[in-house]
Amino acid sequence: MIDLHRTLDHLSFSLSAWGPELVLCAGIVVLLLSRMVFPLGRYLPFVISLIVCCLALFLAGPWNGTWPIVGENSVPIFSGLLAWDGLGAFLKTLILGFSALFVVFLWLSGFPKPAHATDFLVLYLGAVVGMCVMVSAEHLLLAFLGMEMASVPSYVLAGFDRRARQSAEAAMKFAVFGAASAGVMLYGISLLGGVLGTFSIPQMADQLMLLAASGDYHGQAVILVLSSLMILVGLAFKLSAVPFHFWLPDVFEGAAAEVGTFLSVVSKAAALGLLTRLVLGLLGYGVLEATNAGVLPIVTFLVVTLSLLSAATCTYGNLAAYGQNNIKRLLGYSTIAHAGYMLMPIAAAVAVLFRDASLARWAIATLLFYLVTYLFMNFAAFATVTFLRNAFRSETIADFAGLIRTSPGVVVCMSLALFSLVGLPPLAGFAGKFAIFSSLVFGGLWSLFVIAAINTVLSLFYYVRIIKTMVFDVPVRDPLPQVRLASPKGIFLAVLTVPVIVLGILWQPVFMLACRAAGYPW
Amino acid sequence: MVAGLVFLSIVVFLPAFGALVLMFFPSHAERAIRRTTLGVTLVVFLLTLRLVLPGLHAASQNPLEQVLHDVRFAAGEPGYQHAYAVPWISSFHIDYFLGVDGISLPLVLLTSFLSVLAAAASWSVTKHVKAYSILFLLLETGMLGVFLALDFFLFYVFWEVMLLPMYFLIGVWGGPRREYAAIKFFLFTLVGSVLMLIAILLLYFASDVRQLPENARRESFLSQEVMVKSLAPSEKPLHTFNLIALAKLGQMPDSPFQEPVLGGKSVAWWAFLLLLIGFLIKVPAVPVHTWLPDAHVEAPTPISMILAGILLKMGGYGIIRICYPICPQGGYELAWFVCLLGIVSMVYGALAAMAQQDFKRLVAYSSVSHMGYVVLGLGAWSLMPGLYDPQYWKMGMNGAMFQMIAHGISSAGMFFVVGVLYDRVHHRDLNQFGGIFGRMPVYTALSIVIFFAALGLPGLCGFVGEILVIFAAFSYSRALAVIGASVMVLTAGYILWTIRRVYLGAEYRGPHAEALSPLTTREFLIAATLSVAAVVFGVYPQAIFRYMAPSVNRTIDELAEWMKREANLHAASGHISHPSDLESGQTEDLLSHRDAPSQ
Repeated sequence: MIDLHRTLDHLSFSLSAWGPELVLCAGIVVLLLSRMVFPLGRYLPFVISLIVCCLALFLAGPWNGTWPIVGENSVPIFSGLLAWDGLGAFLKTLILGFSALFVVFLWLSGFPKPAHATDFLVLYLGAVVGMCVMVSAEHLLLAFLGMEMASVPSYVLAGFDRRARQSAEAAMKFAVFGAASAGVMLYGISLLGGVLGTFSIPQMADQLMLLAASGDYHGQAVILVLSSLMILVGLAFKLSAVPFHFWLPDVFEGAAAEVGTFLSVVSKAAALGLLTRLVLGLLGYGVLEATNAGVLPIVTFLVVTLSLLSAATCTYGNLAAYGQNNIKRLLGYSTIAHAGYMLMPIAAAVAVLFRDASLARWAIATLLFYLVTYLFMNFAAFATVTFLRNAFRSETIADFAGLIRTSPGVVVCMSLALFSLVGLPPLAGFAGKFAIFSSLVFGGLWSLFVIAAINTVLSLFYYVRIIKTMVFDVPVRDPLPQVRLASPKGIFLAVLTVPVIVLGILWQPVFMLACRAAGYPW
Repeated sequence: MVAGLVFLSIVVFLPAFGALVLMFFPSHAERAIRRTTLGVTLVVFLLTLRLVLPGLHAASQNPLEQVLHDVRFAAGEPGYQHAYAVPWISSFHIDYFLGVDGISLPLVLLTSFLSVLAAAASWSVTKHVKAYSILFLLLETGMLGVFLALDFFLFYVFWEVMLLPMYFLIGVWGGPRREYAAIKFFLFTLVGSVLMLIAILLLYFASDVRQLPENARRESFLSQEVMVKSLAPSEKPLHTFNLIALAKLGQMPDSPFQEPVLGGKSVAWWAFLLLLIGFLIKVPAVPVHTWLPDAHVEAPTPISMILAGILLKMGGYGIIRICYPICPQGGYELAWFVCLLGIVSMVYGALAAMAQQDFKRLVAYSSVSHMGYVVLGLGAWSLMPGLYDPQYWKMGMNGAMFQMIAHGISSAGMFFVVGVLYDRVHHRDLNQFGGIFGRMPVYTALSIVIFFAALGLPGLCGFVGEILVIFAAFSYSRALAVIGASVMVLTAGYILWTIRRVYLGAEYRGPHAEALSPLTTREFLIAATLSVAAVVFGVYPQAIFRYMAPSVNRTIDELAEWMKREANLHAASGHISHPSDLESGQTEDLLSHRDAPSQ
């Protein structure tokens, strides 16, 4: 009886801590049913989704009390399959906040025709549930499940535009690549779980530290390396890290810009959250007793792998973006480059973990903060591209020549977003980059810092080329289409652009929040 | 103290506020927009002018008068005035920290002064006046912020804020190759900024305020928050961006910046090198000067005036404010490098100017040459071990600072003069000019004053700075002084030759001869103001030295103290440093009758 009581207590607590996801699940059901009840409600799916997202955001948001700290007192829910803590809650807030904006954005852009809106939104909300699971998973199976829940709807969304051949091709490529990498990852998970005897991340950390203390890893070093690399393949695919990035430019070009927005912002955020939980979780967040000599090989291996991965991703993304004429493709490569920047603080966190665990938390805080800035600037850039596509029926950069003559407000918003992506002060992108750079310096990864700094210069050229085309060049289209700032679309753009400026100047509150989420002590 | 911060903040952000207001103007109201822009710059100029005017009655009852009295700048004081820090981003210990001293004050005044003249010269801009004015005012905010910021992060933000307006101002309103020039300017500056960012984080990471003695902490004007933190016991280092605290950390014995980092060189050495390159790109010194001729030639006249008159000065200001005080060790070891770049820029700039066909390009290269004097003056570290006589380096640095002001006036004037001619005849080919004297006598007279000021004719402002720099170089290395002095001949050569080709001659035979109308009142006022300034500061340089010299001298004295201390430390530990690149200092008798400007 007592056991049952305890189980029920735990269950009810788990369910309450899992409120946002439950709301989303309920929302999906309501969405599906609403079509039967009100077959003619054209905008009903949008309204329902918006309400669901806002409600979930309200439940997940930082306003309900304080957060447990990940790796210290994070609260296990569903008997330790998931965890409720600051890291997960922050990323959920981010994902759900994006989702609320995204629903409005879909409504404005008119991409899923009202007849298909329910399908699109059901798939999207399903993916959101998957991402929420990803960022709070404490068990490798749940982590895998979350990843697949997020990925499978994305494949369908990429091919949502059924009449466009390109879109179908994109979905196909995406699905094949995704399935292959998921298989590899699953294999890696089974190997790692086999070596460590468990799939629960905290328990795996204990086992790993025991192995490390033994000094020679009982001859299982090769399997450990192999399995972690395989798991990394799956995550690198989600993050579009080099060399698992091939799908991204094609998918971004083929799929609708709306889908690209979602893939480039929250999908990355969820994958980074999961990577952080995995890497730092398996090392016990530096809290566990560890002999330095024992963990040194693991730390070195992870730091070198992650540094190489991030440096290659960042540099490749920035260089490959030079030759692009399609703006979605260009932004795709920019997404790759930014994934590289965002991998860097994780490498820095591992590097300092056993030297000063609080600095590792600082590094995670910089990552979280960067994600916030990235959300706004990238969303603004993608939203501009989407609205321009609607007006121009084209996604070629050259077609936007001289846009400033008809749509100065939109060009200003786009320029601010792009300069922020370059990382120029006083815009949000600079604050984020500066924070990440500081984590690299604290982590002692000077070479990575220099590479990142050089990449900033490299990236300038292709971002500025878009601005140059819009501002300096002579229009090629006659008449030149117009997107007014004083229209719902324009106002939406402005709403996304204002945080790009504000976060560049007054970033202390958001950064504090990120520090709290990551558990950096003050 | 807060009143000072508020006052300086108003000075910095008034132009940005003006830009915000301009956004609500209808874009066809060009007249109103131009006048508003001019009005805003004028108000800013008057506000900065308030700093140097004498105080009112101290014990005034009227609070406004009291505030106006409080915000004056007391001449002869070497320290920072109106310095006050409030926390901005406390996670990184970043403060919103403004302040002014004798080094920044003349540059702030130069900025607000030239901004008024450039705004007045902007009547020649007829395309998209509204956007132009907004960007122009944002640019002014960035420039003033750079000179007033005393927090490294804030400095960096203002430094970068200028980039975007400048990019668009060159790229939209420039000449035929404007896009190329704009992106080149952008790329060069961004490379410099990124190097600076690396150095900033390097210094930030190495710094720890808690190592400073308490009185030094107080003198650094740390914000209340940081001060409290620095007193609380804590295991974690307390990093800082405070420029004053960083300088004190850099000059203290056992400085944390002397930790070796890479290649056996210390933090100070690397930070100095990275910052130096970043600033030299802006100055610009050979070999990173190539953006300048393009940017100048393509930029519209008022923007050229700003570019040459103010933006280039930021490089020199950064070197004197940041490089030397914070990283003296790097400065000492790399003095030869700085001087070398300075002298090469002087010679190369002058020779390149001689070879130009394009009037504006000639003026641009003359800027490279003149800014070379600044670099040489700043770099001539002539403190001899054992002697530590700071007199000559004081001369050099005062000369360099004066040269920056003088060049600000003369180069802005020259670009304006070229612009006046270009507006009329629409070409700048030196070989097609001649005989302008006959058509535009007033214009020619004013031009010749400005050109002679650039040439360094005694009695005009260019002379004072150049001669002081040459004197200082003499005690550092005679060879450099000889080369530097001969550059004056080269300068005279290209300027006199230019005057002959453009103004003298029988008659103008180039295109659009009919358009050579006399100066308008507005043009006359701009050129005349600059000519008068050139004469005033040439005859009475004390007007500037009064404010500048105490601060400059204190900087040098501190560095001399640092050097003495370091030498003693080395002597104590057994290695006596004998820098091989310093020549013997037997020149005192030659110069002993000359007073350093401070005295």
